[in-house]
Amino acid sequence: MSERRIGVYICHCGGNISDYVDVAAVRDAVKDLPDVVHAETSLFACSDGTQQDMIKMIRDQNLDGLVVASCSPKLHLFTFRGVSRRAGLNPFEYTQANIREQCSWAHTDDRAGATTKAIGLVKGAIAKTRESSALDPMAVQTTPASLVVGAGIAGLRAAIGLADLGLRVYLLERSATVGGWVGQFGPTFPNDRDGRAMVADLLEQLGERPTITLLTNAELTAKSGSFGNYEVTITVHGETESTVEATVGSIVIATGFDTYQPEIGEYGYGIDGVVTLAQFKELVEASPDGLRFADRPVRTVTYVYCVGNRQPGGNEYCSKYCCSATVHASLEVSAVDPSVHQYHLYRDIRTYGKYELLYEQSRKRGSVFMKFPDEVPPTVERTDDGRLLVTTRDTLSGNVDVTIPTDLVVLVTGMVPRENTELTKMLHLPVGADGFFNEIHPKLRPVETVVDGVMIAGTCQGPKTISESVASGLAAVAQSGAMLMKGVAELDPLVAVVDEGACTWCGECQQVCPYEAITAISVDGRDVATIDAAVCKGCGGCTSYCPSNAIDLLGATDAQMRALIENLVEVSVP
Amino acid sequence: MDVADHDERSGPRILVFSTNNISDPGIDLAGSRHLHYPSTVFTVTVPCSSAIKPTWILHAFESGFDGVFIGADGDECAYLPDCNARTARIAARAQTLMSEAGFEPQRVMMAALCSVCAEPFVNHMREFTEKMSALGRVRVLAS
Repeated sequence: MSERRIGVYICHCGGNISDYVDVAAVRDAVKDLPDVVHAETSLFACSDGTQQDMIKMIRDQNLDGLVVASCSPKLHLFTFRGVSRRAGLNPFEYTQANIREQCSWAHTDDRAGATTKAIGLVKGAIAKTRESSALDPMAVQTTPASLVVGAGIAGLRAAIGLADLGLRVYLLERSATVGGWVGQFGPTFPNDRDGRAMVADLLEQLGERPTITLLTNAELTAKSGSFGNYEVTITVHGETESTVEATVGSIVIATGFDTYQPEIGEYGYGIDGVVTLAQFKELVEASPDGLRFADRPVRTVTYVYCVGNRQPGGNEYCSKYCCSATVHASLEVSAVDPSVHQYHLYRDIRTYGKYELLYEQSRKRGSVFMKFPDEVPPTVERTDDGRLLVTTRDTLSGNVDVTIPTDLVVLVTGMVPRENTELTKMLHLPVGADGFFNEIHPKLRPVETVVDGVMIAGTCQGPKTISESVASGLAAVAQSGAMLMKGVAELDPLVAVVDEGACTWCGECQQVCPYEAITAISVDGRDVATIDAAVCKGCGGCTSYCPSNAIDLLGATDAQMRALIENLVEVSVP
Repeated sequence: MDVADHDERSGPRILVFSTNNISDPGIDLAGSRHLHYPSTVFTVTVPCSSAIKPTWILHAFESGFDGVFIGADGDECAYLPDCNARTARIAARAQTLMSEAGFEPQRVMMAALCSVCAEPFVNHMREFTEKMSALGRVRVLAS
């Protein structure tokens, strides 16, 4: 590597770093290293004043590399890339050394050790920067249109939001009717809003927006292209099958959930008088003058919670909505006839946040809540003389076994991921161990997937209430807007690249890339691998497979990583 | 000057391979909560643990690290659903390279680390450091 001109800033972070690390010693240890033309400590590297100083330093000293040793790059990587850009330095010549979260704060008990470690981290960052090169973000023109897959509550609301941003919208629904589960619901918690009425209202709003094309009985059958310009083919089934071709900049997946279907025999499922929560809600709605089942009045209802959820080895997650929905249903029952006995057999009641008030209300109206141990679930039987009996162990009454004669048993069933094999395969959607789709980051990037421009909204991501589903739908709208409204998008250039001279085209990389980013091209009469930068996700999974070490991941190249590693510690190996 | 001589006074040097979206936040969280682990632990970051070249692991030992810990993404990886299996393959290939070069293969360890796994990370670092202490400083074994 030819001579470099690198500037190094070591941040005090007020005292967050300098109270535990001798920052002056770090500066002194690196200031005379080859290629380091400037090193200083600063009280707050991220402050406006220091940023201005850095810009001046980069220009005056004609720096071609920058290292800031400060907090986690999660906080300020983009800050200092921005400083670089404003100073005319390529942002990918910038390296951040994390000497706060991964040094000073983790070693507040060991000042000497933390200082030595900080020196190593900064030396490593300098060595990595020495091996860095300028990279240009990839700019792509984007199409101002979105495809929404699934016209449940999240998809409907997202489609309206996208149209209001000025984007052309294709909303497709696999079934013949829109509205999903919510479109089949009557009153919903917490304030009795009617599910069907909400969907009807959204449909009316949809009709007022001519830039939305709604396609029912429709499926996404082909997708090509990349972020900003996906070419999609939608097949519409019916008496005659037709296809719709469209170009869209982003795709919002809102395919929803399925309800858990109990096995025959599971808590007595299959016995006359044992129903699921969904069936029970229909029953409540169909009995405005008092609850009846099979033409008999229902005097006692027994609810069994967590059916098909929170099961070791099965659906281990909690479905979040079912406790509140059940408690809400019990309030509807008691509103019509307060004399109905209601027993709630639960493992944990999770009427979280404001829904806790529903739980309190239900208890005040006479519902009895009994907690059963995980290892002794309730049993349900119909006796020879026709009585329906539920037996449960009540942990809150000294673990006594209680048998409840009842007219109706309601199995409180949760959500399961919907089967979407074709769609998952076509879009390369990441699926978690639970079967739901995965976001990039559960907190900071909650609706984006690793597939650029493809977002997930609603319960296809995991159990959600109606309000949470709509919120995530609108988050996908905002994110689509952020990606598409400028008309041009920048893609991160940290992708895998092939050294054509070293490649012998064995095809291994192509086989291990699930994104189909790698193909063979002919160069000077021989086949070599080539990677489509717009399709590559930058995971680096192919790099470790290459038997010729011919693939590098930009930002973590062989040269950069080896330089970084060997500069962290200074010892010789006997 | 407050600088420790890692070579003489302190324990074994551990290199941690971490991932940008999953284990990095977990390791950062350990620091944010001021949970202590040995200052001889150094973390480097890749997007996905399947991007670690086995030769980098070998290079860590050649550079003086006594142990390499791979923070794997478990089932959380947003890139590759099979990244655990891929990473296990990388670790196995690194162990082969290490054996050939004369380093004990048990100097490599892999475990899942999640984005909030602050305490598990700290526990791993303490335990792995103890294990590497028992093994002694890295050295090329006579063949």
